[in-house]
Amino acid sequence: MPPSTSPVADWILPHQGTGHGPVVLTQRRVYILPTGLGLLFAVTIGLLLIGSINYNLSLGYVLTFLLAGLGVVAMLHTWRNLARLSLRPGRVSPVYAGEHAVFAITLENHAGFDRIAIGVSAEAATAAYTDVAAQAAASISIALPTARRGWLPLGRFRVFTTFPLGLFRAWSNVELDERCLVYPQPEPGEPPLPAATAIAGESGLHGRGAEDFAGLREYHPGDSPRHVAWKAYARGDQLLTKQFGGRASSEVWLDWALLPGHFGVEQRLARLTRWVLMAEADATAYGLKLPHREVPPGLGTTHRETCLQALALYDPKGGR
Amino acid sequence: MSIPVAENLSTGRVVALIGSLALVVAPHAVRIPLWIALIATAVLILRAVLAWQGRGLPSPRLLVMLAIGSIVGIWLSFGMLFNRDAAVALLVLMLCLKMMELRSLRDAVVLILLGYFLVITNFLYSQTLPMALYLLGCVWLITACLVAFQYRSVAPDPRPMLRLSGLMLAQAIPLMLVFFLLFPRVQGPLWGLPQASASALSGLSDSMSPGSLSNLSLSDAVAFRVEFDSPPPKPNKLYWRGPVLWDFDGRTWRGGDAAPRVGRDIETAGTPIRYTITLEPHNMRWLFAIDLPAQRLEGALQTQDFQLLSIRPVRARQRYAMSSYLDYRYGANEPRRNLARALQLPEGFNPRARKLAADLYARSSTPDEVVQSVLALFRGQPFYYTLVPPELGRDNIDEFLFETRRGFCEHYAASFVFLMRAAGVPARIVTGYQGGVLNPIGNYLIVRQSEAHAWAEVWMGDEGWVRVDPTAAVSPMRIEAGIAGAVPAGDPLPLMVRTDSEWLKRLRFSWDAAANGWNQWVLGYTPERQMQMLQRAGFTRPNWQNLAVALMAVTSFVTAILCMLLLARLRRRVPDPVLSPWLVLQAKLTRIGLGPRPGEGPVHWSDRAATALPAEAADRLRTLADLYVRLRYGRDRVKGREVAELRRGVRALRV
Repeated sequence: MPPSTSPVADWILPHQGTGHGPVVLTQRRVYILPTGLGLLFAVTIGLLLIGSINYNLSLGYVLTFLLAGLGVVAMLHTWRNLARLSLRPGRVSPVYAGEHAVFAITLENHAGFDRIAIGVSAEAATAAYTDVAAQAAASISIALPTARRGWLPLGRFRVFTTFPLGLFRAWSNVELDERCLVYPQPEPGEPPLPAATAIAGESGLHGRGAEDFAGLREYHPGDSPRHVAWKAYARGDQLLTKQFGGRASSEVWLDWALLPGHFGVEQRLARLTRWVLMAEADATAYGLKLPHREVPPGLGTTHRETCLQALALYDPKGGR
Repeated sequence: MSIPVAENLSTGRVVALIGSLALVVAPHAVRIPLWIALIATAVLILRAVLAWQGRGLPSPRLLVMLAIGSIVGIWLSFGMLFNRDAAVALLVLMLCLKMMELRSLRDAVVLILLGYFLVITNFLYSQTLPMALYLLGCVWLITACLVAFQYRSVAPDPRPMLRLSGLMLAQAIPLMLVFFLLFPRVQGPLWGLPQASASALSGLSDSMSPGSLSNLSLSDAVAFRVEFDSPPPKPNKLYWRGPVLWDFDGRTWRGGDAAPRVGRDIETAGTPIRYTITLEPHNMRWLFAIDLPAQRLEGALQTQDFQLLSIRPVRARQRYAMSSYLDYRYGANEPRRNLARALQLPEGFNPRARKLAADLYARSSTPDEVVQSVLALFRGQPFYYTLVPPELGRDNIDEFLFETRRGFCEHYAASFVFLMRAAGVPARIVTGYQGGVLNPIGNYLIVRQSEAHAWAEVWMGDEGWVRVDPTAAVSPMRIEAGIAGAVPAGDPLPLMVRTDSEWLKRLRFSWDAAANGWNQWVLGYTPERQMQMLQRAGFTRPNWQNLAVALMAVTSFVTAILCMLLLARLRRRVPDPVLSPWLVLQAKLTRIGLGPRPGEGPVHWSDRAATALPAEAADRLRTLADLYVRLRYGRDRVKGREVAELRRGVRALRV
């Protein structure tokens, strides 16, 4: 939470909770101003009033004042449409740089009425809208363009609504603790994978066959069903995945140091990312070697994500 | 060439908008030239068809040409563009052409605002209660369209939109009432717009020729309504004085050039009766009052012959308090000039009537005897009172007196005054209304155009001007029981004065009472009434500053109440019967450090928590978790029995 400079600044531009829990748009956080249409509506009412006075139209006054009252009521409804809405961070899947990072946000409506046409927008994103039924929740997402690898925070975004008449816009600025992991953009094309190295031989597993059982680990979603230890599961234990080692014949090391010297940091990461994807597609066990990080060879979704995350978060200054 | 329409304007919404706006325009259909009505109808239908078929709209160039064409057409039809009727016609055409340009949300919103404008133009022509209700319905529909265009999702069900629109309008009504009562009123007009001609208004005029009053008698229209402070006088006393006619040219009687009254030659007896008249606009200057009006009115002058003339023609409904004496004597010192005017007759008309008058004069010694013998003539000879008298020629008095003998009050009054003048008795015709119908619902008197009447006043020296009603001699019923009792069966009569069925009469009275209340309290709420109301509310010297303060205060109060009502719904948490016991359960386990971790669902959490609990409690927890998952996420309908079981189980669980 950024420190507030003064109570006034705090009031004008409130920084709002970035906690893990839901953010509730309390009454003080919801702002409201007329829209262009609202101003046009006001001008219309002014003209109706002048017409009523000029022609001494009693019913003209009635209509004019009814519409003026409608404007006030619309303001309250618009404001209420947003007030006490609660927002919770939703699921965010990693993306490759250049793609759109889709931040899901869960909107929870604890009130006794439907909230219609709630919009969210961020500086770099087009607005998205959803309806939230009474006592229910709805999911909405903000798609931010990504340019750089690493963690992309959702940052401050805006929840707004102009419902029901479009005369007023109520909004609130919100920050949720939500971020998206952006993998490096894979290099285009298919640069040939490095040849299998002899490192496998050093591990001493050579000769035990390609599919030698290396141990059991906890099951992760995405593991191939063929590798699930079904017998162990039948004994009543939890789901376990069999791990195999020593697929030396098809094992490959994706090594930062072996890339051509004139490659820059991002170019190297792009090449390595492409290789990870290619190796995964070929079902070739692969390991990753970065200046400060090494991922032992493996295969599978989890392994791929580990590698990609390492690449995404690679810090040339040697953070990790 | 056609241009596609934006996606968010779904067919249903566009057709609903076209339909709502068509309803707003519909009352204008009979007021605008036929060609505009036909073009408007064609354009609306075409636009709806295009929307149904999902086709594109015509190019802007075509629309600009159409717009220019219609402006020229309106200019040719009306001769101008900025009088009321032309402006309304133009507005209708522009609305229809704008329909053809309905491509974006913005266009739709502009159309809706134009629709509100067209609603108010209808009030220029009619402000009756049914019209007000009809247009309120239109506003409801238009507003529902505005709501519909704010939906971002596909929402084909129009009911929530209609409900929300109605709800919001209902919530706006208290604010509307506050503004209506307290917004400082200004008397219009703000600028000199040419007033539309009021030729369609019926009423008395400053001349009377055969047939003019009997035509009026066929009209149902209300002339004015009267509230008496005390019980109303008998019908035969209710002579509502209007134009006084002096000059006769052989066919037409005329009034005019009346001098203001200066003298005070009036003697009265008894207490005056007080009443308040609400006069319908008739585009003339007369303000009606019972003979003889006892007071002057602000903004009106009283003439020598006791007409009340408003300074400006009565173009809006007007309300004034009046008092009258029923017993009076006036005009004993009438100037010679006036008496000479009251004896003037054109030469060369009606020789037989002149001869008759000369005979009467010769036989009588006093003016009163002349009067009595003429009335005896009307009574004795076979004269008939009818609304459909035969046509009369050049010597119309002769023909009426000696041949047809069928006539309406105007014939009797004219013949009577003619005979008086010919016999040397100063006389004049007074027109106005006679009688009126008491509305038992609302307790006021309705005087309709059909009650239009003409009578005579003769000058009798010291007695002054004396009212003589020759019609009463022929048809006493006309004076005692109103026109419906007087005309023969089979004569045409306006619907409103017929007395056929009792319930129909009651219905008509109720309706008129409603219309009267509407006129008095809604349409008649003028700047003066506003100040009167403030006075009654306790302001001793009300001014617009008081109004502004009161307006602000009451508006804030009403808005605050509205706010509270709306917020109440915001805070109201309808407890989920399944979720709330589950939350209690979570709280119980959190207290002993077994609360759910972030992202942990009910199954994982209960499994993990159960491993840390004693066996019995663990079993119970698992059972409760199963039940909860089934109730909350299962496909079956939630059964009250199972919810109760969950609640009991949570309460019983000891950890």
